[in-house]
Amino acid sequence: MLDAAFFRRWMTTAAASVSREAERLTALDSAIGDADHGSNLQRGFTAVAAALEKDAPDTPGAVLTLAGRQLISTVGGASGPLYGTLLRRTGKALGDAAEVGEEELAAALRAGVEGVMALGGAAPGDKTMIDALVPAVDALGTGFGAARAAAEEGAVATTPLQARKGRASYLGERSIGHQDPGATSSALLIAALAETAEAEQ
Amino acid sequence: MSEGKLVGIVLVSHSAEVAASVAALAKGLAGGATAVPVAPAGGTEDGGLGTSAELISAAAASVDRGAGVAVLTDLGSAVLTVKALLAEGDELPDGTRLVDAPFLEGAVAAVVTSAAGADLDAVEAAAAEAYGYRKV
Repeated sequence: MLDAAFFRRWMTTAAASVSREAERLTALDSAIGDADHGSNLQRGFTAVAAALEKDAPDTPGAVLTLAGRQLISTVGGASGPLYGTLLRRTGKALGDAAEVGEEELAAALRAGVEGVMALGGAAPGDKTMIDALVPAVDALGTGFGAARAAAEEGAVATTPLQARKGRASYLGERSIGHQDPGATSSALLIAALAETAEAEQ
Repeated sequence: MSEGKLVGIVLVSHSAEVAASVAALAKGLAGGATAVPVAPAGGTEDGGLGTSAELISAAAASVDRGAGVAVLTDLGSAVLTVKALLAEGDELPDGTRLVDAPFLEGAVAAVVTSAAGADLDAVEAAAAEAYGYRKV
């Protein structure tokens, strides 16, 4: 079973990972976006880690809901409301249980991903974070490692796609040949989840 | 109209200058619409380009007179942030609505309509109708 401490570690691991990869995310975003994805997410997840340290919510749902709220408040770009909605919806779906199972987490994450799709209007194949998140959630039933692999594969597979959502879609065919920054950061978030689970064992 | 209360208007842009200028332009073109509560929410809190949930929440609270608040946005994160705040439930005043309208033309239509004492539905309809104004 996964408790609030597990979810807090997931978020701090994600914060560390985003900080480590911020330059790469911004470099990817400078090719097809406005070159702020790494710095925006770094600011957001730094605020998440600080808020969790201050408040230390005691249920998995409350950890993710607080994290989502912080992202919406602090990121300043589209990734704020998108990742904020992902975590908040997932947190709400987890309810107020003190511990949740892997299957419950998989179902809750699916609700979170559906919330992101509803908010941004993106579908698989649009060259967005959805292209990493949907395969990750599909694979989560098999295990955390499988979800990480599926997310990374999904992110890499955005390279030949033409962007149909967000700032990159203005580039039309010129968005082809670049890996999507949002799918890349989504893969980092799922990798942080797998890393947290592995550290448990 | 609800007992003479005016619908508030919030203008959300990636740029503080754009939001403030469109607010001034809309009020100016509406002529004598000084009573209409209009608040810009532009850029990030540190003055950069982007969207601030805090500035949006503060702007909406400042223009809420109890008749509803119409929020107009430019694009991308401005739209998504307002939607996410509305989904949150308690971040924006009751009766706050994201209005699907062109930013500048919609703002002018919304301010003029609010100044006439119209309700939120009418303000929203007038702003959305601005999409129909063709230039050629």
